[in-house]
Amino acid sequence: MSMPFYVSPEQLIRDKADYARKGISRGRSVVVAEYAGGIAFVAENPSRALHKVSEIYDRIGFAAVGKYNEFENLRVAGVRYADLRGYSYDRTDVTARGLANAYAQSLGAVFTSEPKPLEVEVVVAQVGPEPGTDQLYRLTYDGSVAEEHGVVIIGGQTEAVAGPLREGWRADLDLPGVLALALAALSPDPAGGPARTLTADALEVAVLERHRPRRTFRRLEGPVLQAALDGGAPAEPEPASADSGADAAGAHSGLPSDRVD
Amino acid sequence: MTAPRPASSASSLPDQAPGLSSSFSDYLGVHAPELLPGRRALPGADSSSGGSPAGGLAPHATTIVALTYDGGVVMAGDRRATAGAMIASRDIEKVFPADAWSCVGIAGSAGLAVELVRLFQVELEHYEKIEGALLSLDGKANRLATMVRGNLGLAMQGLAVVPLFAGYDLARPGPRAGRIFSYDVTGGRYEEHEHHAVGSGSLFARGALKKLWRPGLDAAAAVRVAVEALYDAADDDSATGGPDVVRRIWPVVAVVGADGYARVPDADLGDVARAVIADRTAEQEGRSR
Repeated sequence: MSMPFYVSPEQLIRDKADYARKGISRGRSVVVAEYAGGIAFVAENPSRALHKVSEIYDRIGFAAVGKYNEFENLRVAGVRYADLRGYSYDRTDVTARGLANAYAQSLGAVFTSEPKPLEVEVVVAQVGPEPGTDQLYRLTYDGSVAEEHGVVIIGGQTEAVAGPLREGWRADLDLPGVLALALAALSPDPAGGPARTLTADALEVAVLERHRPRRTFRRLEGPVLQAALDGGAPAEPEPASADSGADAAGAHSGLPSDRVD
Repeated sequence: MTAPRPASSASSLPDQAPGLSSSFSDYLGVHAPELLPGRRALPGADSSSGGSPAGGLAPHATTIVALTYDGGVVMAGDRRATAGAMIASRDIEKVFPADAWSCVGIAGSAGLAVELVRLFQVELEHYEKIEGALLSLDGKANRLATMVRGNLGLAMQGLAVVPLFAGYDLARPGPRAGRIFSYDVTGGRYEEHEHHAVGSGSLFARGALKKLWRPGLDAAAAVRVAVEALYDAADDDSATGGPDVVRRIWPVVAVVGADGYARVPDADLGDVARAVIADRTAEQEGRSR
């Protein structure tokens, strides 16, 4: 007859936390940053189909690192939460704060009651009507919530780059400026080699555009992303005026400004 | 898999059951069936009676027309809602964007119809967000058919909703990209060619469309045809409102083309409506009765 060893609760929690942290730090980082025209999500992600950044609701975006199947589950649950809430109340009643709370409950419950914690870290961002009114919530594997301001980086090895990222951030950055800042934080090689040069192909970039009516989330891909990365070229400093709806078939996201419900 | 969760409520995250479809109305049916438009039984109403005990109580939306043009489709609705012989509203809107590439117009019981449209809009957006792709135009039309079918019980009690759906088919761009779908109360879905109308004034609007529609219309000409067809419907159907030049209430006209959904601005519609009225007035010159 074998007796299970006694493991103290402190040890158990610590082991779970170490396990989750290790899983998360293996991946690549995601930067979420406010800028004058909205909120930018920048991820190193060579895949065109498996997204780390996505739309939750009109003014709410989602970014995650860690195990894909786990954060994909959270993302789908978040879309369902937001759509149900918006349908039963009103579209303006769906907030990032409510969603962050729901995520925190979910992550916390798994962390305490399951043998394996979720190896994910999530940012929920809501773009406000004016600069300075944006909300960024960062959620970790154990369900703790932190409200962040300006810029936040999750996943990967962030100790070395978090400081410079924070210092380099200013509220009046434009889109090329904020992309350059994010790239600087993403380019150091996690394996310790020389800094890499990240090209548009290896990046997943999306923005919540402050002045867009209704659905503000937009992915920046191909030439639009390249133009924004190339910097302050006045050709397209704000590549998304609200009426440039028809860049590419299918890229048109959301309804026009028309009043709907 | 994740932990067993507390029963879903408005403030907690919904179940993360894998394999649940990308459909918002299926999700509602499982988690909040009371929010589905068709799931309510009317108290005391007997569906076998076949009468319409509830039909006369609620506002009723009337005429919608849709027609294709070269490279898209135009949909227009008048602005009148009636409750029995009374005009319940003279500025109701009955044509809505369904998503960026399609629109839906409603005839029938106004409250239920608007709710159906709201659900349909969320349904399309929900799919788009979860799947990361747009539904095909046929897929959208089929989803709407399922929703109309869900309302059959209420339709039998006199609260029928009959939508008209039109959109730009991204899978076949070109002059024939605009497509129109009509429905019956049982959820039957029929693709219409060239033009169609639903609602109490549809008989007269269809007659007008038949005479005015021709191949190769451009968007502006199609808008004019739509306004004219509604004018003819209002001429002979008391439940359809004509253009109101005193209050400047014009029909709601949506154009869905290669650039997606756009609503025709009121200023332009005013000009079109005035032109229609001027032409018809001129035709009456010298006549007497």
